[in-house]
Amino acid sequence: MSSGPSALPAAVLPEFAPTRFRDPQIEMAHGAGGKASRKLVEGLFAPLLFGAAPGPLGDAAHVDIDGTIVAITTDSFVVKPIRFPGGSIGELAVNGTVNDLAVSGAIAEALVVSYVLEAGLPTPILEAEVRAMAKAAREAGVRIAAGDTKVVEHGMADQMYVTTTGIGRLIGGVTIDPRSVRVGDRILLSGPIGDHGITILLARGELDLEANLRSDTRSVLPLVQAVIQAAGPGVRWMRDPTRGGAATSLNELARDCGLGMVLFEDQIPVRDTVRGACELLGLDPLHIANEGQFLVVVSPEYADAALNALNLAPGGSEAQVIGEVREQPAGTVLVTTLYGGSRIVDMLVGDPLPRIC
Amino acid sequence: MRFVDEFREPELISKTAEEIRRLAGTNRHYRMMEVCGGHTHAIYRFGLKDILPENIELIHGPGCPVCVLPMGRIDDGLSIANDPDVIFAAFGDMMRVPGTLGSPLEHRARGMDVRIVYSPSDALKLARLNPNKHVMFFAIGFETTAPSTALTMMRAKAEGIQNFSVFCNHVTIIPAIRAILDSPDMRLDAFIGPGHVSTVIGCRPYEWIAQNEHKPIVVSGFEPLDMLQSIVMLLRQLRAGEAKVENQYKRVVPWEGNRAALKAMAEVFQLRPYFEWRGMGFISQSALSVNEKYAEFDAERRFQVPGIRVTDPKAAQCGEVLKGVLKPHQCKLFGKECTPEHPIGALMVSSEGSCAAYHNYEHRKAAMVSLSPMA
Repeated sequence: MSSGPSALPAAVLPEFAPTRFRDPQIEMAHGAGGKASRKLVEGLFAPLLFGAAPGPLGDAAHVDIDGTIVAITTDSFVVKPIRFPGGSIGELAVNGTVNDLAVSGAIAEALVVSYVLEAGLPTPILEAEVRAMAKAAREAGVRIAAGDTKVVEHGMADQMYVTTTGIGRLIGGVTIDPRSVRVGDRILLSGPIGDHGITILLARGELDLEANLRSDTRSVLPLVQAVIQAAGPGVRWMRDPTRGGAATSLNELARDCGLGMVLFEDQIPVRDTVRGACELLGLDPLHIANEGQFLVVVSPEYADAALNALNLAPGGSEAQVIGEVREQPAGTVLVTTLYGGSRIVDMLVGDPLPRIC
Repeated sequence: MRFVDEFREPELISKTAEEIRRLAGTNRHYRMMEVCGGHTHAIYRFGLKDILPENIELIHGPGCPVCVLPMGRIDDGLSIANDPDVIFAAFGDMMRVPGTLGSPLEHRARGMDVRIVYSPSDALKLARLNPNKHVMFFAIGFETTAPSTALTMMRAKAEGIQNFSVFCNHVTIIPAIRAILDSPDMRLDAFIGPGHVSTVIGCRPYEWIAQNEHKPIVVSGFEPLDMLQSIVMLLRQLRAGEAKVENQYKRVVPWEGNRAALKAMAEVFQLRPYFEWRGMGFISQSALSVNEKYAEFDAERRFQVPGIRVTDPKAAQCGEVLKGVLKPHQCKLFGKECTPEHPIGALMVSSEGSCAAYHNYEHRKAAMVSLSPMA
């Protein structure tokens, strides 16, 4: 997730606003994508960099250049280990930025890439990651246009970190804005959640748990395009729930639109291996990171069309309607069970799984 | 998922809930304490309060080991790890619990070598991998986790490992229940007994609760159906005017407990004459320390610690909440100064703490109008 105000005129320099970030030092939680991250962005970065009242923070910013609006976003990748079942840091770095643009309603046109490399990194490891990036870029149909490299002393970084910045062309016929969400809208999820986060956790080998599970890293652009084509006028909001998981993304939406997100637990697709690992570790799949899924809110009359389009598109057969927007509980995500129980699901607090992407 | 989904079956849950409503009637109010923090978490996570009748009130008990640990103990443990040659190892639950100068995670951000382990044997593994460092395992938990700490120390002794010690905060459940029953502001009808602790200690240690205090107790599992069935069993006893110990969690809990685990604990630990519980004060014979035979692995013997008692912030009402006298949201600090991001009391840290569970899963539901199923 990168964050930017939805439409910032390029030529207007922002006024400084007062900062509200009071935490004495940076903790891992500030990078976990949950509550602490949001406080850092809204309390320190946004007031000083964007000026006052930037409005809801989306996955990409829209910038107006002489009347042409382009989407722009950036993302850094520090995942440990850099290779894991189903993917690697190079693939994540391409797909992550392509996906942030896609769920902002934009097609990635070009990426620029920055590497921070640790002295002593074996060349074959670097080469494998550069090849992985090239392959992912080809598959996502995006050009890598420029780059930069820095090397730090051995021990001052963990193998390699990758930052990608992408610009994208807006897809016509759709407006992504949390403030357009209305009571009765349906919440759709493109496929099973938690695969990426649990895969990384297991790949670290600290748990002595094994499972047949792969990261879901992929470009979601084809699925996003399928939804927009089938249900464009009804699409209100999209987000790829990476760090902090689906719960954090939906809590941000609930806060931005002031409505309640009611989810039906039995409708949320979660693989048994992910559920099992979460049960053992006391985690909630709704808090686990994903790299190849997205949430979309559509108006009720377009819900069937959107779901059909997802189900028919390659890689979308497990998509589901997982809930709907209600007036109450305002600003909150509530999960209901088949037997009539319910619970509030808050944003991720703290950081159960650091350096997941 | 096997062994889980069977106990979350909607139809069975509805039937059991119906039986509870029938048994509970409307004339009487029932106050039941779930002793174990795992139960507290399950109650909120599965939204069980939504399906229980209003006259069944669940009171959250003291069975959250992180929550009852006094702040001074955290300070003492962290003071040992101020030495750059010491690695502080603890369960993930401990990491965000605040000491006077911050939590273990905050100490890590300032450079302390703090590691999350998933079992005591992982801490011992760390000691083997880092022969030039001393690994101190900050041990917490009831009888549930004490045996694995004991077995790890036995192995360390057998292997002759020199660079490993345990800062022991293990506590025992029975004295805590006794303290609650002795508390004058406590009126309880029955207990939902702790499931995990009972896998080790069995069901016999609860017999005095039934015989002397005339309160029914049912040892319960952690799935929705387990807990509802336990409530049915308690209601049946209460309606019949009985008070006995029953075991709902037979698939896991043997009546006699786990002898091998108890033996390991007896090998390594001894009872402390008294120990401070956060919010509850000193309770005699309620905690374990490392015995003479394993002195070389006892961090409290090996290192100097300040040992200063730290009082909780005056406004925090952790003690009242811990004893079930106050509901989490009735505390003056709840949701204001004290939140899961900035916990003041430990009840707000652990997912098993009643304040965190209530904050995470429940409190905003009060604002809700209705919860009709999807149209």
